[in-house]
Formats: sequence, structure tokens, C-alpha cells
Amino acid sequence: MGMTQSVWRALERELLVFVRTWRGSAFTAIVQPVLFLLAMGIGLGDLVDQGAGTARVQVDYLQFVAPGLLAASALLAVAGEALWGVMGGVKWMGQFKGMVATPMTPGDVYGGLVLSAGVRAGAAAVAFLAVAALLGGVPSLWAPLAIVAAVLLAIVTMAGLAAYAVRKEDDSTFPLIMRLGVIPMFLFSGTFFPVEQLPDLVQPIAVLSPLWHGVEVARDATTGAVDAWTVVHAGVLAALAAAVVPLGVRGFERRLTP
Amino acid sequence: MADGTPDPDALVRARGLSKRFDDFVAVDGIDFEVRQGEVFGFLGPNGAGKTSTMRMISCVSPSTGGELSVLHLDPDTDGPAIRSRIGVVPQEDNLDTELSVWDNFIVYGRYFGLPRTVLRERAQELLEFARLTDRRDDRVDPLSGGMKRRLTIARALINDPDLVLLDEPTTGLDPQARHLLWDRLYGLKRRGVTLIITTHYMDEAEQLCDRLVVMDQGRIVDEGSPRQLIDRHVTPEVVELRFADPADQEAALGTAGEAAERIEVLADRLLLYTRDAQATHHALAVRGVEPLTELTRRASLEDVFLALTGRTLEE
Repeated sequence: MGMTQSVWRALERELLVFVRTWRGSAFTAIVQPVLFLLAMGIGLGDLVDQGAGTARVQVDYLQFVAPGLLAASALLAVAGEALWGVMGGVKWMGQFKGMVATPMTPGDVYGGLVLSAGVRAGAAAVAFLAVAALLGGVPSLWAPLAIVAAVLLAIVTMAGLAAYAVRKEDDSTFPLIMRLGVIPMFLFSGTFFPVEQLPDLVQPIAVLSPLWHGVEVARDATTGAVDAWTVVHAGVLAALAAAVVPLGVRGFERRLTP
Repeated sequence: MADGTPDPDALVRARGLSKRFDDFVAVDGIDFEVRQGEVFGFLGPNGAGKTSTMRMISCVSPSTGGELSVLHLDPDTDGPAIRSRIGVVPQEDNLDTELSVWDNFIVYGRYFGLPRTVLRERAQELLEFARLTDRRDDRVDPLSGGMKRRLTIARALINDPDLVLLDEPTTGLDPQARHLLWDRLYGLKRRGVTLIITTHYMDEAEQLCDRLVVMDQGRIVDEGSPRQLIDRHVTPEVVELRFADPADQEAALGTAGEAAERIEVLADRLLLYTRDAQATHHALAVRGVEPLTELTRRASLEDVFLALTGRTLEE
């Protein structure tokens, strides 16, 4: 059995669990970002658009914030699942241990998780884009490219956080990761305002945020500003994923086949 | 191995097999062979190295020394090929609790690359085998411990394995659930499936195993059939004496010893090993030993273990 085939089988499992439990995850992945879009894009956006105009936002605020939320929701939907889901799989419920007792390898299990994060984020992005478009938040026909941003970001998030979680004995550090890592990233990666608004000293930090690169790709796409930078940002995400995947594979091997 | 000649058809063969985690030696150079169609047991207390051995056989934990072949293949290089032909029942159930009983069969079968048409047929049979037909569409979470255990065992058979590894299959189950499980395992044995079982229940080992090895502190201390081990290490009958208080037990020790071939002293009772329990009872009465209770029973693997590991007084 080839590597690709067995990763696909791990993906099948993840997608089946998704199909059986989609109601819960759909809230985080789709309903929540739409609520944010209504509150920020339309409620707050009216105020922003009437403002003094010093902010370097070239489009309606709704159109500015929609791609930000699209990318950010991929991060938020995947982060919790990567941390607690992996702990459940290797420890609490232990279903990953059952998987590696079959011809599947730890790398297959990890690969299935990473790919399913991409597939689910892609599906959520399609739904979100449709709603945002109906509300007038998606002016460009390049918009479908934003789905790629969500998929890449979900893959990076799952690959990185699963690689971290699988090395932990328990979940005691996970709330900290969420509070000090994921939430600040969500707020300060150009999701709600351009990173140029941040103090000069802090701005370079945004470059380190995978979400910022994802937001840039998504925003270039939905506002029709696709250029070489779009490709660079997407490339950074792809490179990040390529860098963390070997760490994840090794982590899963050590944990599941000690 | 019992007669010293290696069996070329052995499904599992280990020579000097070891497993070390940093400074801790879990398995310390063990030799054994498991033959086609037998039920082979690893008997020993918790921490004896049984689970580590099972994990090496099931190719989810590389050995750190010695040789191991499983189904005539090398776990280091042929892990996926070996795992495709074995069934693994771990000590702790690792079912997909978010999925239904039925989905558990199908998803697990897909890991082996089996087509869905084949899986549906097998899952139906295995539902019956596990006596879970009426729970088919229920989620796994609310099932009882015994049901989950039966499902875990049935799921391990989805690939129609040549070899099934069961790690402490009945730990934590009530007697009724245990007997139902034993019945299912006998069924597998009748179908010619080779089984490897670890247990710390002496009665389970005696009931199920054709042959077993006794493990203690990472080593194999002896091997044979339950009958052979009992014959080799203990007398056929045991007289158990309980006394009103420890001082009485202490006082009776010397005289009681004369009434049997061998004596084991436990915290709460004396075990007198004898070939003739009647004679022992008589000898005790003649010598004026008056315990609170005097019980005669057949010798068991429990006695073998006691004799082999020598945790109590010297024989």
C-alpha cells in the first residue's frame, strides 16, 4: 500500500468524523465568522467608512474585513482541534494508537489530520465567501483564490500545533497557546485593521504571523489586488508547512511507536 | 522450544529479544516461539514486560536488542505487511468513540485497504460475533465496558488476521462479561486462529492457554503448558490454613511444615503443598495444629508463579 493511499484512508476517517459531527464544528468554522462579519463589517464598518479616512483602507470596511475574517476563521477553527484533538487521539481516547496497529504509519495519521484541516477549511471558506459576497463584501472575481489562503493557513496551523501537541503529556499548556498565541495573532495580523496601524516597533512581528500572510493572500484575492506579493505570501505559508511537517511526522512516530 | 529444537513453522520467534527505554529495561533478552494454531500466553504481574513484548510483536514498538520474526517477516522492515495480517486488542480500548459501532468496523477496515463491499459483509458477521447487532447504529461512547471490549476484539478481526494479540483482554470486566469473552476467544481458537494473550489472571491463563511463559521483571522464568508447569513446580494438591491471628500462624509453621512436601508462608495464610491432602489433614490433626479454616484445592498457576518468583519464604 502506497504512502498516498494510506494518508487518504486517514483522511477518510477524519472526514467521516466531520460528517457525523459537523453541527458542532460548523458553528466555529462558518456561523461564528459570519457573525463577526455582520458585527464588524456592517455594524462597525458604517462608522469606519464615515470616519476621517486617515486609515489606509482603500475599500469599504466590509470589503476590508471580510477576507481578514475568512483567513482568521481558518486559524481559529483548526487551532483548538489540533491541540485537544491530537491529545484525544494519542491519549484520552487513543484512536490514533488503534490506527497504527494497522498497516497505517504515524506519518499517515498525521498526514490525514493535516489534509483534513485543509479540506474542511476549504469547505468553510466557500460557505463564508458566498455569504460575504451576498452582503457585498467580495468585489473581485479573483475571490475564489482566497479559498487557497484558508486551506494553506489551516494546513500550517494543523501541521504546527499537532506537532507541538503530540509532544505533550497533557493539555495543561494548551489554554496558554490559545490566549498568548492564537488570540493575539487573530487580533493583530491585519484581520481588522492594516498592520501599518501598529506601532513601528511591533510591525515586523506581524511578518512572523502565518495569519498575516494568509490574510494578505485572501485580501489580494477578494479585492482584486493580486500581484507578485500574493504569490510570495502564499509561498511563505507553503514553506512553513514544508518546514513543520517533518517535525510532526517525527513527533507522531515517537509518541505512537515508542 | 520446550524440547529445545526450533520450530521452522513458528509464527512468532524471539531470540534474546530486549526492549530498553533509556535506563529502564522493560524486556530483558527473552526467547520464545509461538506455533500455528495455538493459544500462547504471557503470564506475569503488572510491569513484568508483557505489554512491551506484545507491542514489539505487533510492530508498533521497535526492539532494542535480539531477534524477532513475526509471520516469517522482520518487524523492522516489514511492519505494515505484518500489521496487515494481525489483529491487535490493546489493554485499553481505543475505539473511535465519536463514531457508531458500525462506522468503527468500516473505518478500521479501511485502514487495511479493504473494499467497502467486503467490509460490509465482515462487519455484519462481526456484529453478531460481538453480540452487538442491536447496537449497530449507536455511538460507542455509551456502551458498557464489556460491550466496548467485545467491539474492540471484533474490530481487531476485520482483516481476518492469521494472528491475534490480546493484551489483558478481560481486565476490568465482571465475571459474566469475562466468561462471554472467553467463549468468543474459544470460538476463534476453534477456527484455527493463533492467539497470543497476556494476562495477570492465573485462571484465565489456565483456561485459555495451550502453552505459556511466566514473566517476571522482564525475563521469562519458565514455559510450558499449564499442566506441565504445575507438575514441574508444585504438587497436585494444596492445603490452605488460616489462623485466628499471626502469632498462631507463626507457632504452627514448624509442625505444619512436617505435614507437607513444601510450605509457602503468605501474610494471611499458610500454603501446604502435598500429593495427598487427606494424609496432610491427618498429619496436622495428629500434631495438634488447629487452624481457623483448613481448605483443600487443586494446585494452580498461582502456585507455580509463587514457586517461580519466590516472593515469599524460601521453599
